[in-house]
Amino acid sequence: MSFINYSSKEINCKIVYYGPGLCGKTTNLQYVYGKTNPVAKGKMISLATETERTLFFDFLPLTLGEIKGFKVRFHLYTVPGQIFYDASRKLILKGVDGVVFVADSQVERMEANMESFENLAVNLKEQGYDLDKIPYVVQYNKRDLPNAAPLEELKNLLNPKGIPEFEACAATGEGVFETLKGISKLVLTELKKGR
Amino acid sequence: MAVPQLVMYEEESKLISVVLERLNREANSKVVFLVDKNGQLISAAGDTKNLDTTSLASLTAGNIAATGGLAKLIGEKEFSILFHEGEKDNIHISIIGQRVILVVVFDTRSSLGLVRLRVKKASDELKTIFDGLLAKMEQKEAINVESPFAEITDDDIDGLFSE
Ligand SMILES: Nc1nc2c(ncn2[C@@H]2O[C@H](COP(=O)(O)OP(=O)(O)OP(=O)(O)O)[C@@H](O)[C@H]2O)c(=O)[nH]1
Ligand SMILES: [Mg+2]
Repeated sequence: MSFINYSSKEINCKIVYYGPGLCGKTTNLQYVYGKTNPVAKGKMISLATETERTLFFDFLPLTLGEIKGFKVRFHLYTVPGQIFYDASRKLILKGVDGVVFVADSQVERMEANMESFENLAVNLKEQGYDLDKIPYVVQYNKRDLPNAAPLEELKNLLNPKGIPEFEACAATGEGVFETLKGISKLVLTELKKGR
Repeated sequence: MAVPQLVMYEEESKLISVVLERLNREANSKVVFLVDKNGQLISAAGDTKNLDTTSLASLTAGNIAATGGLAKLIGEKEFSILFHEGEKDNIHISIIGQRVILVVVFDTRSSLGLVRLRVKKASDELKTIFDGLLAKMEQKEAINVESPFAEITDDDIDGLFSE
């Protein structure tokens, strides 16, 4: 849930990157971090295992600019994608304003994508959110790989409702900012509605 | 949405600052800060210059969330006080009114006993302020005060990503 501070003239929003293990959530944040002007970003925090798998979360605070005299701040989080970290994923979803579902385009990860997608819906519901109402976009990542499934197939499986979707190669940064911009727009538009 | 969004007004912000400043002084601590359970910094007092308060806020909330998860597993509602002891610096964390987190960082110039005592008093005051804030938020909602963001245009949003 966004936090509006009339005293310091700031608005804070929380965006969570969700998706199966190794789909590229952390890579998305790392790319954003690397390409953002130092004054507009804070430190990136990664709570990860020795093998660089996310253990609890990654966190990256960004200051985007101003709207109506208010500083707009986005707090980006990733969840750990590995199945057995479900308890942690639930915690990270608390107070979320927008979700980016990062799918792994590789054919052999289709089942993992589906499983994670269903897990997202269940966990959101547990927190009292509804995937149909919350700002939400899909990113088809790893489009560069030869074993990437056709786009049509991914769309049918993961985006039946036709929400905003983006092709990406987080490793090179392609599509990363487009995705962030997409979710930011939805979150700010939601703010406009008041709640 | 599940929980109403948190709003902070000038008036409450000043009241909170007064309480935090005094707590920091009376507890002989280095820094005190107040964080929303979602990891957003609300207010801070003391020597914040050399501290990354944004990161601290996020990790504090993660810490509280994780221990809250542990509490539930063993049948507790939550652990309302956490204490981390370091070689020089210590952190005392407590939950206020189930909604916000109060963090006190202190070293050997203070003691856990003193911090506990001062935190208790400050907590009561902060709780009163937040209860008032919530009531105010509900009231504003009831009379339908327009959010300053009601008139955001697509151009405003595009402007954020101009570079
Ligand atoms: N080829 C290719 N590799 C990618 C792409 N995006 C990420 N990777 C690689 O995939 C691996 C896993 O990426 P991470 O970002 O750590 O994955 P994650 O989703 O954070 O994984 P968990 O933390 O376990 O949930 C890394 O080796 C990345 O370099 C991509 O677009 N193309
Ligand atoms: Mg990761």
